[in-house]
Amino acid sequence: MATKARQPTTGLATARDATPRRPINRAPLPWLAAGLPWASIMALSLVTFSPVIASAPVIPPLALMALLAWRMLRPNLLPIWVGLPLGAWDDLFSGQPFGSAILLWSLAMLAMDVIDERFLWRGFVQDWAAAAALLTVYLVVAAGLAGLAARYPLPLTIGPQWLMTLVLFPAINRLIAGLDRVRLLPLQRL
Amino acid sequence: MARSRDLRPGYSRRAQYGIFTRYVILVVGIAVGVIALGLSLFDPGAFAWLRGAGSEIAAPVGEASATARRSGANLVAAIGAWFDTGRQNLALAREVAAARATAVSARATADENRRLKALLHIVEPAQPPVATARLIGSTAVSARRFAIIDAGTLRGVHAGQAVRGAAGLIGRVVETSPDTARVLLISDADNVVPVRRAGDGLPGFVQGTANGRIAIRLLSMGNNPLHPGDVFVTSGSGGIYPPGVPVAVVATTRRDGAEGRLAADPAATDYVIVLPVYSAAATAAMAATVKAAGPPLKDEN
Repeated sequence: MATKARQPTTGLATARDATPRRPINRAPLPWLAAGLPWASIMALSLVTFSPVIASAPVIPPLALMALLAWRMLRPNLLPIWVGLPLGAWDDLFSGQPFGSAILLWSLAMLAMDVIDERFLWRGFVQDWAAAAALLTVYLVVAAGLAGLAARYPLPLTIGPQWLMTLVLFPAINRLIAGLDRVRLLPLQRL
Repeated sequence: MARSRDLRPGYSRRAQYGIFTRYVILVVGIAVGVIALGLSLFDPGAFAWLRGAGSEIAAPVGEASATARRSGANLVAAIGAWFDTGRQNLALAREVAAARATAVSARATADENRRLKALLHIVEPAQPPVATARLIGSTAVSARRFAIIDAGTLRGVHAGQAVRGAAGLIGRVVETSPDTARVLLISDADNVVPVRRAGDGLPGFVQGTANGRIAIRLLSMGNNPLHPGDVFVTSGSGGIYPPGVPVAVVATTRRDGAEGRLAADPAATDYVIVLPVYSAAATAAMAATVKAAGPPLKDEN
């Protein structure tokens, strides 16, 4: 029973992963395997151009959530400095003062590094808690920076957005896990 | 899952330096972020060209989703209309008959107005709109309230021009690129609009609170004369917004003003009209300062 409790709960390291069921003359496309994480995060930054014209901050920071999900699923896939290029891309569209995502995403990657260092074993709930803490800090600081940019102390209007962010994180996690399968589809003939 | 860390890759100098370099780039990234943030807090337009280029790249996505929003809304409306066609038909027929009579008298009034104005030698320069555009995006994640429209400098849109929808004021243009422009919505806290009450011209100003509502403040101190349902329109002072455009409706009164609803909800607006800057003097002032629409001065009203 004690050994069973030590099992990882994300279901990532199953026997199926160890022996992938694919023909031996096929391999994942290299550009898809390397580029899909970047492309998916950049695409989610474009949520600004979604059909919703919002009069309040309502949509969770999907791009950062995807970044954290990728980081938790595949710790070594994205380089630790990924906040510089992807944050700059997000800043182009988010409406935040330019530089806020560069700074906060880089700090989030650093924080994830510390979390990795501290906790040797991680489970789903622990991942969720870590992401919740990081995203909460991100939302509050980003709203503070927006208030600075507007030169007017913004009333904290991020309550609904914050709740939705916390609730949606497992869904984003699941989406990224699905994308990870697409990423490793054996499409290239050797 | 188990951590997979390889910060100590053995005796390979190359691998060790590689890992070290990653952290150096991370620190550089943080420094770049701090510097860029400081620059853009100091000068909000510092990275406008970069944002403009980004909007140009992403505009097709916005066009597609604007079409999707329109057809989605149309679909819902069509299904809803199908259910109460008969009742609505009767009501509309009655309304049209009433409106026809009103239209005749309104035409007469307009005619009389024109003649009276001619008598008083009031020349009102006709200001044709600069462009008609679609809202193709909004900053739904950030606490700032910007929207993006699909008309830019190529169609004569410039910073400082007012943007209105069918129901009322939307905001003003703050940044432009050749094919897109960024609009500061009136629900943003940085946007202060001088207004007057539609009934009696009671002056005040409107400031966004970034949560979809806006704060209405009065210039006169004393008793709060506002009631729920009062409509505020732009007063034209300050020279950016043309007078008489609906801005807000009072929802709940407060001690020093009121909290209002937007007259034109950007979410329900398909097309917007970009209006020319109302007064040339304000255009000159705008060139001098980016933040031209600060709180309206007391002596302006």
